[in-house]
Amino acid sequence: MDLVNVISYSLFAIGSFFLVVAAIGIVRLPDFYTRMHAAGKSDTLGQSLILLGLIIHEGASFISIKIFFIILFIFIANPTATHAVAKAAFLSELAPWKKDGGKER
Amino acid sequence: MNKVSFTMSFVILYTFWILLSGYFDFVHLSLGVVSALLVSYTSHHLLTGDVRAEDVSIEMKRIIRFFLYLPWLFYQITLANIDVAYRVLHPKMPIDPRILRFKTDLKTDIGLTTLANSITLTPGTVTIDIKDGEFFVHAISEESAESLLSGEMQMRVKNIEGD
Repeated sequence: MDLVNVISYSLFAIGSFFLVVAAIGIVRLPDFYTRMHAAGKSDTLGQSLILLGLIIHEGASFISIKIFFIILFIFIANPTATHAVAKAAFLSELAPWKKDGGKER
Repeated sequence: MNKVSFTMSFVILYTFWILLSGYFDFVHLSLGVVSALLVSYTSHHLLTGDVRAEDVSIEMKRIIRFFLYLPWLFYQITLANIDVAYRVLHPKMPIDPRILRFKTDLKTDIGLTTLANSITLTPGTVTIDIKDGEFFVHAISEESAESLLSGEMQMRVKNIEGD
């Protein structure tokens, strides 16, 4: 097994780990807003790491450039989508979960 | 019609077309010209905003400074993900969410968008809303709220805006 494969496979593994963490987070966290943290962050990094692994696996080629642009797009689109959904919840006055059980606002 | 933003949109879109298609024969290149012209005619104001010719160099400098900001952002994103993974996998889930608001004196669209998206991607904070320069941010714990309010990120984004 050569070095390129080792690096790309470990990137796949780390990326998958963060995707699994995002999924567990969506199940475990108590309310909508905290779930956004898991979905908005871990998903972005997990997907990008897997795509980065694909770039390294593929080497310098046209496909790598395309994958690189997909990564850039994910980094702009994912937080924007998270923000849009969070704003919708905020405007419809969904109360955030508090540690002591109280309500804010 | 704003000619500067039309030309900028066309150049950006056509470069992107060539990169994504990867074919350099007549049919693909001319189809790209037609598509890029059509899209930049109908929606050039969405991509670049209402720029004037003398602003182009300022905008270019902002874009370069934006790319210089990216390494720090990637470092913060890695921290954010380790933080989220720790909180999610910890048996007791050490979270203490709160909503905080703060004022910012950023002016440009690129500055506000960059700050909002950076907040969402970095440790324990998600941007909910921006109203008249006031940010509403959901923080997952006290430490992440404090590190945001310390204002290091805002300073770096302000640096992108320049003057």
